[in-house]
Amino acid sequence: MTEVEPAHSLAPLLAIWLPIAGGILISASGVPGLFLSRRSAGGEGVSAALHILGATAALAGAVLSLGSGSPAVLDIAWGLPLGSLRFELDGLSAVFLPPLILVPALGTVYGLRYWRQSEHPTTGRKLRAFYGLLAGSLVLLTMARDGVLFLFCWEGMALSAFFLVTTDDQDREAREAGWVYFAATHVGTLALFGIFSIVHAMTGSFGFDPLPRDAAPIGAGSAVFFLGLIAFGLKSGLMPLHVWLPGAHAAAPSHVSAVLSGVVLKTGIYGLARVTWMFPHPPMFWGAVLLALGMVSGIVGVMFAIAQHDLKRLLAYHSIENIGIIVMGLGLAMLGRAMARPDWIALGLGGAILHVWNHSFFKSLLFFSAGAVVHRTHTREIDRMGGLAHSMPVTAIMFLVGAVAICGLPPLNGFVSELMIYLGLLRTLHPEGTGPLAGAAFAVPVLAIIGALAVACFVKVFGAVFLGAPRRDHAGEVREAPAALLVPMAVLAALCIGIGALPAGVVPFLDRAVETWETGPAPRPQSLAQLAPLGWVTAIAVAVWGGSALCMIGICRLVRPHRVARIGTWDCGYAAPSARAQYSASSFAQALVAVFRRVVRPREHSPRVHRLFPRRASYRSHIHDVVLDEWIRPAIERISRLAMKLRALQTGRVQIYVLYILLAAIALVLSNVPVIDLLRRMVTR
Amino acid sequence: MSSAVDAMLVMVLLLNFFVLGSSRIRSIIYTVAGQGVLLGLLPVMVHEGIGLRQAVVSVGAIGLKAVIIPRMLMRAMTDLPIRREIQPLIGFRTSLLLGAVATAASMGLAARLPTLGSAGSQLLVPASLATILTGFIILTTRIKAITQVLGYLILENGVFIFGVLLLEAMPFLVEVGVLLDLFVAIFVMGIIINHISREFSSVSTERLSTLKE
Repeated sequence: MTEVEPAHSLAPLLAIWLPIAGGILISASGVPGLFLSRRSAGGEGVSAALHILGATAALAGAVLSLGSGSPAVLDIAWGLPLGSLRFELDGLSAVFLPPLILVPALGTVYGLRYWRQSEHPTTGRKLRAFYGLLAGSLVLLTMARDGVLFLFCWEGMALSAFFLVTTDDQDREAREAGWVYFAATHVGTLALFGIFSIVHAMTGSFGFDPLPRDAAPIGAGSAVFFLGLIAFGLKSGLMPLHVWLPGAHAAAPSHVSAVLSGVVLKTGIYGLARVTWMFPHPPMFWGAVLLALGMVSGIVGVMFAIAQHDLKRLLAYHSIENIGIIVMGLGLAMLGRAMARPDWIALGLGGAILHVWNHSFFKSLLFFSAGAVVHRTHTREIDRMGGLAHSMPVTAIMFLVGAVAICGLPPLNGFVSELMIYLGLLRTLHPEGTGPLAGAAFAVPVLAIIGALAVACFVKVFGAVFLGAPRRDHAGEVREAPAALLVPMAVLAALCIGIGALPAGVVPFLDRAVETWETGPAPRPQSLAQLAPLGWVTAIAVAVWGGSALCMIGICRLVRPHRVARIGTWDCGYAAPSARAQYSASSFAQALVAVFRRVVRPREHSPRVHRLFPRRASYRSHIHDVVLDEWIRPAIERISRLAMKLRALQTGRVQIYVLYILLAAIALVLSNVPVIDLLRRMVTR
Repeated sequence: MSSAVDAMLVMVLLLNFFVLGSSRIRSIIYTVAGQGVLLGLLPVMVHEGIGLRQAVVSVGAIGLKAVIIPRMLMRAMTDLPIRREIQPLIGFRTSLLLGAVATAASMGLAARLPTLGSAGSQLLVPASLATILTGFIILTTRIKAITQVLGYLILENGVFIFGVLLLEAMPFLVEVGVLLDLFVAIFVMGIIINHISREFSSVSTERLSTLKE
């Protein structure tokens, strides 16, 4: 009798090979286009097709893996002296994959029209090649379980992101943003080297594996944790380390900004989750540090967002805010692990991961619709837009969906994940044994303030960009965005609405991720379905949707019998209103910016007005990034001034350089020879 | 056999001094070619009995060091408007003095170094070190690009002498590595000379300092 191959053994094999093959296919998707001429548009279609094919394969693998219970492993030795080709797809990796695959795939469709080869003949091919490489290395990165392999993928991602940020390399702003990003990401890589060296010293391998308590002393463990905080915090844009983020997001093409903000930042969160996964017995202060950093990042991020004038920079600061919320959830989960509280872990980590999903969906949606606006109006200045809801109604609705979602309001997805984190944080208030953790409850009002400020900010943006009258003459010529831009937005909006209405659908994935992450001594975490009132969430969503539909119908009924006149918005009874006299975004934000001026430090140049009939005057205000422009830039300038003194060594003479080589060689020889001993022997002889 | 090897090494050292003291570029090229012939014979003399390995290394070294590269340099000379190294950074007498100090220092150092010492002659290591240092002196004190190339060649000759010492202990690969290295170096230097003369209509490396930021 022959042994029949059991059918289920195929599943793990497919679960690991499909994402790997998909990742490789995505990485190579832009390559065929490189061989075509500048004028040929063929490369666009090929790269999009390859990308989507790869994304489908990878997504199928991820879903397969999330469905099956056991992690899929692939371990192959490679020729390099370090590390091995070790991929593993466990619950934690698999749960990060869907947004990481989906958003870049939608972005490639968006890019077909947003960055056409015929309009950008010099940069189009380069953009698509690096875009594919970025998206593919993201997929492989999440599965890499060997430090060296991880670094390869990490660098693939970091470098291609650099080339994407500087796509428009004729633009000085883009080049500068690129260099800041480049420096930031390599500081992070340096920290990663540190992590893997310490882990290697502790375990003898470069692999990511949970470390038993005796293998990880508290000092070395904390070193790994804080290095991880630097490396992954830099990547995810956690508050004091966010310096590269606003500039890079603003300078990059919009679908790249969407991928950067929606997805690349999440690799930092993945890294933090993975590093904390390695320590089953963390000290309590790790969780406290994460929670505190998350609060700072969330609240300061949204403060800066309110003050921005540039639409894409504003969205970038909102990414910092949302990363803060995610890290708060992660901090709560770490506290839960330290205190052996499975419910904190489930709500904190589950909320954080769901927020990772949600943020990548609604932030990409916002960047896509902002990109459509920028594409049509050719400006990123919020105060030069206005009235776009008339000319771009679909884009306006898409932006509105994203805005409601990012504010964490029901019935959309942002509400669900923030609710989970709220519930988790409120559980720290439970009378039994809060003890030193009383501070954790402060996170609840902080989260509420973040939400309120986000609402204020998006009221400002939506009001100034889409409502009112067009502020510039040619705004009347602006047309609706083309279908290739709208379809990806519609998919993302549907995901936002879907998760907001039926969160129970994604809970099994979150449960698996939480189960995988929980390597500590705490009892098995409960399902999120039991901890969070998901049925109520669905009920609220249905109520809100139904209520708004009823209101719409009612308003239509009321309005229809009457004649409707169109008049300018906010013309305040002036006889000859000008669109420039409208309430502007800056003036809307001014009250809040004034409250936060100690932190945000707006620079205002206000005119002096005297006499009854003042002369023509102008007012300007601008916001710079306090951390980058007031701390880091001056420090770097001081260092480079010191370093200039070394320029004396650079004489420009080949002869002197050869002499340096000789001196270095002699020094090397002497460092191997016991000089003192030699001298002593010579003297005694 | 040892006395013949010693004599050859002394010749190599003397040629070093000749290079240090001479300003005529043509004669320096001839000297370096002569040094190449001597070096090419070394492997055969040191390791008694002519095996295939020694023969290949010998023929290769003589071919490259004594024929091909000097020829290339001579051809470069016909194209270039220079015949002499007129203003070295350090005078010829000082160079000679430095060379003497370097040779003495290498003798002193070699005596204290723990080396194999058994193969060939006691002079092998000091001659190698002295030749390397001579190469460095030429490289650091001469201005013309072509003299720089010659300095690099002498330095490589020094490395080659050391290689002879290792010919038995280390595989044949070492030797090929040395020759290949040399060949690449000549290419690089050739490119530099070409560029210097094209861009600055002069073959003086001093002009390179304008490239400094």
